[in-house]
Amino acid sequence: MKSGLTRELICMRVAREFRDGDYVNLGIGLPTQVSSFVPGNVNVTLHCENGMMGYGRIAHEDEIDPELVNAGSEPVTLKPGASFFDSATSFAMIRGGHVNVTVMGAFQVSEEGDLANWMRTERGVGSVGGAMDLVSGSKKVIAAMEHTTRAGHPRIVKKCTHPLTGKGCVNLIITSLAVIEVTPAGLMLKEVAPGVTAEEVQNVTEPRLFISPELKEMEF
Amino acid sequence: MIYPGAEAAVADIPDGATIMVGGFGVTGVPFTLIKALADRGAKNLTLIANSAGGRLPDIDLTLLVKNGQVRKVIASYPVYSGRVSAFEERHLRGEIELEMVPQGTFAERIRAGGAGIPAFYTPTGRGTQLARDKEVRVFNGQEFVLEFALHADFALIKAHRADKTGNLVYHRAARNFNPVMATAAEITIVEVDEIVETGTIDPEAVVTPSIYVDRIVKGKRHEIRFD
Repeated sequence: MKSGLTRELICMRVAREFRDGDYVNLGIGLPTQVSSFVPGNVNVTLHCENGMMGYGRIAHEDEIDPELVNAGSEPVTLKPGASFFDSATSFAMIRGGHVNVTVMGAFQVSEEGDLANWMRTERGVGSVGGAMDLVSGSKKVIAAMEHTTRAGHPRIVKKCTHPLTGKGCVNLIITSLAVIEVTPAGLMLKEVAPGVTAEEVQNVTEPRLFISPELKEMEF
Repeated sequence: MIYPGAEAAVADIPDGATIMVGGFGVTGVPFTLIKALADRGAKNLTLIANSAGGRLPDIDLTLLVKNGQVRKVIASYPVYSGRVSAFEERHLRGEIELEMVPQGTFAERIRAGGAGIPAFYTPTGRGTQLARDKEVRVFNGQEFVLEFALHADFALIKAHRADKTGNLVYHRAARNFNPVMATAAEITIVEVDEIVETGTIDPEAVVTPSIYVDRIVKGKRHEIRFD
């Protein structure tokens, strides 16, 4: 099996989805790293559920303020125009549809866009955090993840076996091997990682993929 | 209003109390008050906190968990990936009850509790196991889940600065749940980095007005480690 893109390259591909004027929330794990890869020519405001907006990349050692951290408790930098607010206000922004793009890690995504990312069944306990609020409020939900589990099993499945975060909430899946859009007709393969074929992606994806007529290689 | 130390400020927290504790991850956590509550040893506590400790186990809520002081936790982020906390072990052994609440619902239930709203409908969680057995109502063709307000006997919160009247300001992302928790408890105890004379905080800059604050304690400095 192809190992595919590094986490940094997945982050760079995710950042290319952002448009001028977007308010974007980055979930814990791989997505929080995306803040270091937002292109300088795109005017994006990053929102963090702990109550801040307008933060920047991950902080260097000499820039650390212990009380200036992202959702994963990693120190970050602040950009001009930033603001702070309490958690109830932060989630009012999320539920109210003001945060328009959410990037989330995922254990599994189903062919209907169901997302499972808060609890592995076998662990017996998980942490939902703000994930359920974010998927119910955001206009666009991007799932960013490794294409398969460490054991090589598909994470893109017909039906999620881990508890759901939300039904039919994922719009776009960006993995180490591919970019896949969730459409009413099913999953559409739109891009493949450099050196990876559509067939290789299908071999590690449980549901049938429709191949976009404009299938292309991922750019960063 | 201003207490000489954290021990005195938590001295009347009884067994069986319901306690909100502020903080998100390692920020805005009232570590000095948590230590004092661990030393006091009140048992059978219900904690309402975003997480159940484990990032900084020698100073966070893990202290109360390891002491066997906790009966139940209401949280959105009780466990972390890549590490097993004392809370997780005890929860999986059936020793500590857990009520898992989506974080926005958690914040709004606390806000409602402080604002005299008994319950509300939210879109969050519909169709998931966290909405199981909850009342659902349709508005504008969409399903919403009924959630109830949260109240506490005590709120232990962290702010950056208090004036002697109890007006509070916060620092950066350490604000998080602290301002809403301050509104939803019978007695709110705040730990601050500094206490200043009344009148020196710009009224326009006050985040938590003094009406919500009952006790002020100057906290100790804690080293925050990032890993």
